[in-house]
Amino acid sequence: MKTLSRQKSFARRSFLQLGAAGLVATALPLRAAADAADADAAIREIFGDKPLNEGRVSVKLPPIAENGNSVAITVAAESLMSPDDYVRRIAIISPRNPIAEVAVFKLGPRAGKAEISTRIRMAGTQRIRAVAELSDGTLWHGSASTVVTLAACLIG
Amino acid sequence: MATIRIAAPDTASAGEVIELKVLIQHPMETGYRSGPDGKRIERDIIETFEVTYDGETVFEADLQPGIAANPIFTFYTRATTSGPIVFKWTGQDGESWSETHDLTVE
Amino acid sequence: MKAGLAFLSALCLSACGDDAASTQSPPAQPQPLLSGYEFLQPQTRALQDDNFANPGFLWIDRGEALFSTAAASGEACSDCHTDTSLPLAGAAAHYPQIDAESGDLVNLEARINLCRTRYQDEAPLEYESDELLSLTAYVAYLSRGTPVSVDIEGAAADWYARGRDYFETRRGQFNLSCTQCHDDNWGKKLRGDTISQGHGTGFPAYRLEWQSLGSLHRRLRDCDAGVRAEPRMFGSDDYLAVELYLAKRAEGLEIETPGVRR
Repeated sequence: MKTLSRQKSFARRSFLQLGAAGLVATALPLRAAADAADADAAIREIFGDKPLNEGRVSVKLPPIAENGNSVAITVAAESLMSPDDYVRRIAIISPRNPIAEVAVFKLGPRAGKAEISTRIRMAGTQRIRAVAELSDGTLWHGSASTVVTLAACLIG
Repeated sequence: MATIRIAAPDTASAGEVIELKVLIQHPMETGYRSGPDGKRIERDIIETFEVTYDGETVFEADLQPGIAANPIFTFYTRATTSGPIVFKWTGQDGESWSETHDLTVE
Repeated sequence: MKAGLAFLSALCLSACGDDAASTQSPPAQPQPLLSGYEFLQPQTRALQDDNFANPGFLWIDRGEALFSTAAASGEACSDCHTDTSLPLAGAAAHYPQIDAESGDLVNLEARINLCRTRYQDEAPLEYESDELLSLTAYVAYLSRGTPVSVDIEGAAADWYARGRDYFETRRGQFNLSCTQCHDDNWGKKLRGDTISQGHGTGFPAYRLEWQSLGSLHRRLRDCDAGVRAEPRMFGSDDYLAVELYLAKRAEGLEIETPGVRR
């Protein structure tokens, strides 16, 4: 199931690369729209077609990243983390990377605290999304954005 | 061989939520970059990271190329009983690396 | 315009003055002297400061293990270098230096390889190999916090002059010299970056751009490629000379290895 959207992503990339030569101006808005849809599709593939509730999930990112290769991110979900009220999974989703899904973390009541930190790649300025699935099956959504700046001396 | 760093407490009291930090040396090669010869560098990523403690999986991660090179994770678990916490990484081709940390619960 | 004229006259001075006295004059140190660290975003500084999360420590951990691993001849680095005998704490802050036996200028990488061939009966490690990077980073780390201070007298004088010349000479399709950015325009914006003073005190450093640890010479190759000049080889005489000039120019700044750079 997951591979389907990845293939879609690849196809879109090749199309953009082909079109880039003559259609730079029109390609950009098209890409933005397709990317947002991709992120939604990735969330549906991971969690199924359920409503996303806004809240309970916080995403911490720096306001500016001087290189998109490694950006520190912390995702936390509000939960008692008790045997019958806990966070099952947390997904990090990028609307602008070649693959929208960045990682899916499986937690459980034994985690004690629904918080994870890692470092991610960001292919440009974007609003990173996180979705938490609770033990009652409900989905909660949060997001944060980072400006990825361009380096002075690009090599290659 | 991969170099692995782990930061975890040696002792904890029962029921205490402890922080676990892991860092592993791995390129997490996306498959989208070109090398100095202009050829595409093959994708080479760690796909799963799993932590077992007290005979149970307490944390698991499915990773994509969007995770930065030399992956680092900070997460939590509730101390229950003295025993080994096993951290295991598995790459896309099935190779794996693991490291064990012994926790004493007082 | 004014800066350009000043630069031209400086170029003329260095090109026209042949005598050793003028080439040995101290470098024009940017004032105040600021490490590359000071030009980073706060979260990149935080990564360097975090002795667990700084990915450079992955190489240092490996370097520490290699340091005490015996070669086939039976000798490990740690057999000669202990806390009391030939200690290495602070040693890296005085590199590059002239090797007394050969009279050549050697940097830390070259010194490690000399130890291997002379005392361990081992082949030299390839420049920029994971092993050499790890050992170099570990030895440099033993000097973390020690201010840089190098000798540019005697046999080192010609190397210093050569390094300074390389630093001050325009090159590449952009026709830019190192000094134009790192002496004349540091602190100003270049696209998303703030131009640093161009010190090498964090190296070997983990660059986010590389997603790996790398040597100062790798950084210099990127600088040359950045101005579209032909990069020199790792360990080349040109880069050894530049390394000595940079060390003198950074004198007073502390070794930061493993630095984190963007």
